[in-house]
Amino acid sequence: MIAQALDVISWALIITGGAFGVIGGIGILRMPNFFTRIHAAGMAETMCAPLILLAMMLQTGWTLTTFKLLAIFLFLIITSPAATHALAKAARHGGIDPNEVKETYEPGDRAT
Amino acid sequence: MYTAAAIAILTTMLLAIIRALKGPTVYDRIMAVNMFGTKTVLIIAVIAFITDRYDLLDIAVVYALINFIGVVAVLKFFGEGELSHGGDDRR
Repeated sequence: MIAQALDVISWALIITGGAFGVIGGIGILRMPNFFTRIHAAGMAETMCAPLILLAMMLQTGWTLTTFKLLAIFLFLIITSPAATHALAKAARHGGIDPNEVKETYEPGDRAT
Repeated sequence: MYTAAAIAILTTMLLAIIRALKGPTVYDRIMAVNMFGTKTVLIIAVIAFITDRYDLLDIAVVYALINFIGVVAVLKFFGEGELSHGGDDRR
C-alpha cells in the first residue's frame, strides 16, 4: 500500500521534472534574447533536477544511496542559482544589452 | 519509470547542445554547457538506477562538483581574460 503510494508520488515527480526540463530546453532554443534564455535555463535547472532526484530518493528508502542522492540534491540546489547569477552578471558586464528585444546579429533566427 | 526520466533528460540534453552549437554569443554557449552538465549529473544518476549499479552515484557527485567549478572558471576566464587575478586589484 505504502509502496504503491510512493510509486504514484515518484511517477508524478518524474513527469513534472521531465516536463520542466523539456520546456526549459525548448525555452533556451526559442527565446529571442540572451536574458530570456537564461531565465528558461535557470528555471529548468532548479526545477528539473531536484524533482527527479526526490523521486529517486522516495524509491530507495533509508539507505546510503539516499544520502548520496541527498548530497547531489543539496549541492545542485545551492550551486545552480549561483551559476545562473554569475552567468547573468558576467554577460551584463560583458556588454550584452538586456533592453535589446530582437537579436540583430543572427539573421536566420525568426525571433519575435 | 526511470526510462521515462531518461528520455526526458536526453531530449533536454539534445536541445541544450543545439543551443551550444548555434549560440551567437559566448555566454549562450556557456549557459547551454552548464545546463548540459546538470543534465549529465541527472542522467548518470538515472543510469545508476536503471542498471542497479549504485556506485555510479559517486561519479554523479564528482561531476556536479566539477561542473560548477568549471563553469565559474570559464566565466572568469572570459570576463577578465585570465585566471590568476583576484576579484580586487590585488595581484
